[in-house]
Amino acid sequence: MSTSTPNLHTIVSLPDQSTAKLPKRHYINNEHGLLSWLLTGDHKRIAILYLISITFFFFIGGAFAGLIRLELLTPQSDLVAADTYNKFFTMHGIIMIFLFLVPSVPATLGNFLIPIMLGAKDLAFPKINLLSWYLYLAGGTLTLAALVLGGVDTGWTFTTPLSTHYLNTHVITAATAIFIAGFSSIFTGLNFIVTIHRMRAPGMTWFRMPLFVWSNYAASILMVLGTPVLAIAIVLVALERLVGIGVFDPAKGGDPLLFQHLFWFYSHPAVYIMILPGMGVISEVISTFSRKRVFGYTAVAFSSVAIALFGFFVWAHHMFIMGVSNYSALVFSLLTMLVAVPSAIKIFNWAFTLQKGSITFETPMLYAFGFMGLFTIGGLTGVFLGSLGMDIHLTETYFIVAHFHFVMVGGMLMAFLAGIHFWWPKMTGRMYPESLSKLAAVVTFIGFNLTFLPQFILGYLGMPRRYAAYPPEFQVLNVLSTAGATVLGVGYMLPLLYLGWSLKYGAIAGDNPWQATGLEWQIQSPPLTENFIEVPIVDYEAYDYEWLEKKQREQVTTVG
Amino acid sequence: MIASTNPAMHPHTHEAVDHAEHEHVALPQHRHHFETEEQQREAGSFGMWLFLLTEIMFFGGMFFAYLLYRNWYYPAFTVASNQLNVPEGAINTVILITSGFFMALGVWAAEVRKKGLLVIMLILTTVFGLAFLGVKADEYHEKYELHHIPGASFSTAMFTNPAAFGLKEEPLAPDMAQHTEIFFFLYFAMTGMHALHMIIGIVILFWLTWRAHRGEFSSGYVAPIENFGLYWHFVDIVWLFLFPLLYLINRHPLS
Repeated sequence: MSTSTPNLHTIVSLPDQSTAKLPKRHYINNEHGLLSWLLTGDHKRIAILYLISITFFFFIGGAFAGLIRLELLTPQSDLVAADTYNKFFTMHGIIMIFLFLVPSVPATLGNFLIPIMLGAKDLAFPKINLLSWYLYLAGGTLTLAALVLGGVDTGWTFTTPLSTHYLNTHVITAATAIFIAGFSSIFTGLNFIVTIHRMRAPGMTWFRMPLFVWSNYAASILMVLGTPVLAIAIVLVALERLVGIGVFDPAKGGDPLLFQHLFWFYSHPAVYIMILPGMGVISEVISTFSRKRVFGYTAVAFSSVAIALFGFFVWAHHMFIMGVSNYSALVFSLLTMLVAVPSAIKIFNWAFTLQKGSITFETPMLYAFGFMGLFTIGGLTGVFLGSLGMDIHLTETYFIVAHFHFVMVGGMLMAFLAGIHFWWPKMTGRMYPESLSKLAAVVTFIGFNLTFLPQFILGYLGMPRRYAAYPPEFQVLNVLSTAGATVLGVGYMLPLLYLGWSLKYGAIAGDNPWQATGLEWQIQSPPLTENFIEVPIVDYEAYDYEWLEKKQREQVTTVG
Repeated sequence: MIASTNPAMHPHTHEAVDHAEHEHVALPQHRHHFETEEQQREAGSFGMWLFLLTEIMFFGGMFFAYLLYRNWYYPAFTVASNQLNVPEGAINTVILITSGFFMALGVWAAEVRKKGLLVIMLILTTVFGLAFLGVKADEYHEKYELHHIPGASFSTAMFTNPAAFGLKEEPLAPDMAQHTEIFFFLYFAMTGMHALHMIIGIVILFWLTWRAHRGEFSSGYVAPIENFGLYWHFVDIVWLFLFPLLYLINRHPLS
């Protein structure tokens, strides 16, 4: 990690700002007017539509997180009544999972980048891509409707028979919302798989694809195979509520465990739908800012597929205390441990990529470091929870809450922000302000740890999740957690502000500010609507920095 | 469309080499973001297969529930299954296979560019599809009359006291008889979801027939017909699993 010479402390190379201009024609100014956006087939514009809508829902979900933390500031349930608190965490979960985390990286960055990374003009089915955004929007609107009408208090898991027989809130509205949003996710995944199989440019072999594409491919398999099972589970819940049948009601001979099986058959793989695309972002960022090919490219590529595959065989670890047989619990515990192997392959390979690399610390890299540390903690505590004895002690406590927030927020959200900063110059043609964004990355990291580290201790000490009140001895740690959430909130507001500012005032980024090797960096920023003027022919391996240097030398000699 | 500078390297544009030789006229349905029509066709068909995979997972959830409850409540499931109308189910199976046969002929007619034949085949496919739904509606009506539709009007009287209905079966204990409601719920959920797929298919068939009538599929552009054919056959196949599972297997309690 020798950065002794001063010119090595950054790799950012921007064009001369006094003469630089955005390209005359690009996908943003290609057409004008609201309709040209609402009826677009361009994957880049749809990505922007998604980015705006998921940001909106992120802050709504975040507001509920804030309310939850405020309520937990004191041991009594004094801010809101207990059932209102139930609605808070349910809405927080539903919005964050189905409307933010699942579409976060795939629908925004994936939509924008996958065709370009493959050298294609668009995704295979542009109209289905647009349809998927409208379905997302319909799902989001229905969720908001459920919220405005009075909310849902089943928890995001819709546990039966609680959701079918005991609650009188807007379960069917919320269930329909998730059903519709699920189809949006299926169509995104389907589009990605077909595009990756059928639309690669000449020379773009499977093992020349960026790892971002591999990880989105793996996530797409999960979307396509898992989401329909959630859909049918939700349809059955809605039918049971409407008609009063006992498919899941033990009083009528139904099996509540069946619902758990169907629900977690999707919802565990969904965790990998959320994290895999983030891992893809991290591969790109770590390679670029270490100036090295990702160590063990093939292993990292296959580990994504392995996570997707194993992800389908671990769902019952959510049900250890729900009466599954000891034998199946044992098998599922073992299979759960197996997922740690491909995850560790990724972490180790990133670490080896860093080793002896020319590391620089731009904002995306700071977020990526945050991801590596926090995801490792999140992943390892997952191994704790996968072991039967520990799980019985820790399940339904704040330990679980801390664990999945380390993976989802510490992991996925960090990766999302890394990706947004990394590709911001490509999407908008302008740089974000570097020092302010570094500050935001550090604030996020501090705020995150302050929020969720205390929750590990709280959970270990036995504080149950999903309660508005708790014994007074837990107050200190809860106050720390709430204070951390405030810092975290600031950390998330900052990018919203300075990224908005940079749209107009940011420095002109040029084609390739990071000197990165991906196809997306070899075209103008922001790209043309058709991405490439002529179909690129890929004659170099992924992350080949020598190829890039050679290409740039040749350009200099031809121009000069 | 910009041609690849080196088509020989392109896995999908081996056709492109021929373009220069054969004066290929681009089809109006060719979308600009595909390099070749072949690529467009392959992508469409691949996408349809993937979609069918999601459909399998969707129906799979219900088959799983059926498997579980059939295993648990075996006596209730056999007597309830006895109440299904096997002749009508069998006739429907024949109708649906016939409909699928005409669909297959339709795909062939599109491929050999026979417009009139394609339109006739699509109409026949639709007619047999509608016939299936008609028979299904009659079966549903029968269930309604027998109070076998799950919900408030559901009655287990036929299973607790079969003699009163002229049935020779052994009466079930009331709690086991209650579980026939789960059988009928799964019956309605599975056949209803299947019928919903048929209805969607028939709407698409109307649209395709109209487009075929306008001659859209008579010049070598057959992807929509082929892909819809895949969907229609898939719906057939679902029924081919539903019919034996719900109507036929082990219709009598183990003795």
